[in-house]
Amino acid sequence: MYPSRFRYEAPRSLAEAISLLHDGGDYAKVLAGGQSLVPLMKLRFASPDLVVDINNVPGLDYHRADPDGTLRIGALCRHADLERSDLLKTTQPTMASAAPLIADPIVRNRGTLVGSLCHADPQGDWASVVLALGGSVVARGPRGMRAIPMAGFVTGPFQNVLDPDEIAVEAVIPAAQGTRSGGYLKLERRVGDFATVGVAVALEMTGETVTRAGLALTGVGGSTIGVTEAAEALTGQPLTADRIARAADLAAQAARPRTDHRGSAEYKRHMVRTFVARLLSRTDAAAERAA
Amino acid sequence: MTIVYEDQGEQGTEVPVRRIKFTINGQKMIAEVEPRLLLSHLIRRGLGLTGTHMGCDTTNCGACTVLVDGRPVKSCTMLAVQADGHEISTVEGLATASELHPLQEGFKEEHGLQCGFCTPGMMMAAKALLDANPEPSEEDVRWALSGNLCRCTGYQNIVKSVLWAAAKLRAGGSESGEA
Repeated sequence: MYPSRFRYEAPRSLAEAISLLHDGGDYAKVLAGGQSLVPLMKLRFASPDLVVDINNVPGLDYHRADPDGTLRIGALCRHADLERSDLLKTTQPTMASAAPLIADPIVRNRGTLVGSLCHADPQGDWASVVLALGGSVVARGPRGMRAIPMAGFVTGPFQNVLDPDEIAVEAVIPAAQGTRSGGYLKLERRVGDFATVGVAVALEMTGETVTRAGLALTGVGGSTIGVTEAAEALTGQPLTADRIARAADLAAQAARPRTDHRGSAEYKRHMVRTFVARLLSRTDAAAERAA
Repeated sequence: MTIVYEDQGEQGTEVPVRRIKFTINGQKMIAEVEPRLLLSHLIRRGLGLTGTHMGCDTTNCGACTVLVDGRPVKSCTMLAVQADGHEISTVEGLATASELHPLQEGFKEEHGLQCGFCTPGMMMAAKALLDANPEPSEEDVRWALSGNLCRCTGYQNIVKSVLWAAAKLRAGGSESGEA
């Protein structure tokens, strides 16, 4: 298989890339890791007239923390960079646990987090993680920069709010209000498959009190599901077994799974409840002491 | 380098072509490629290096794995134009004229292949692992090869083969070849 014919440009600056997109006609795509776009083009689900390859644009392969703790992930930071990152291991437990679960090790060498967010696959793992962490996407276009909260970035399956001449240049995770804990659990039939069920939990705690909570679900609905009810039920108080059970129930209620070849709707809903409870119990200091 | 396509009656008679420079198994090359050409096509049809296999053609199986600047990549999921300025290593780069690479010896000694279709991809993924981690555990090997599928269910012996190669390399077994 090979894609239909397209014009290919490999600019060496963001300004040039944006101007190519601006003048690029009806259907232009940005190519970063290409691990979703190239298969889509080969299957002719996507047949862009123009492909703007940003791999030669310098200075986009970073992930770094600002002095205040805000994390920034550039458009060419690969999944593998995040998997190996000591910065994530020490400061971002939810991201660190998700990184090794993205696709497979070879795909992780090319694919990017920002590209995954833009691709907006309802089954995408990073979207849940970034949503749970209250993150945003920074876009640059001819009219300047803007930050778009993840909660409003995706408009539907494989659709986002970017203008045709805008490029997503980085993802931003805000600084924690307290100590971070949490994780990402993914049930998959085999490495590289889409999630049967994925659950992201991101907690920030001061002492025993949860100062911020974020929960999001992958693969159990037509889009990534942010479970704000469960987050609210946890915030402003210590974690207890009762509250964990309540949050797990709320998450299971928020899930909209469908029965398919990966499992029955009932099974998937059950796994949401189990994963939320497991992730929250892992972060429950009292439970750990008791264990 | 000319690569011939089947005419599928697509619109536009003007074929855009780009000149790229790259290194394959240590040899510097120049090619004229159409942007939609995949790296796997360039390697197999353009360069005649048919050791890189095309399995699923959908980024699943890993049979087409090659190293790009030392990192394993599924060559069916990268455009050939993107190889411009980069170093590609394929399975042909492992052995010298007189000597097998320890990975190839390992696959032979431990019966790491049955039909052999997945083997080049397995070896290239394993090569990147051993370059980064000369003393991998069995778990490390399984993890590193988890993006490569074997339909003869030969994983057990594939893992043994890679561990055999790792031991041989640690014992000072020569790393021949240019890959």
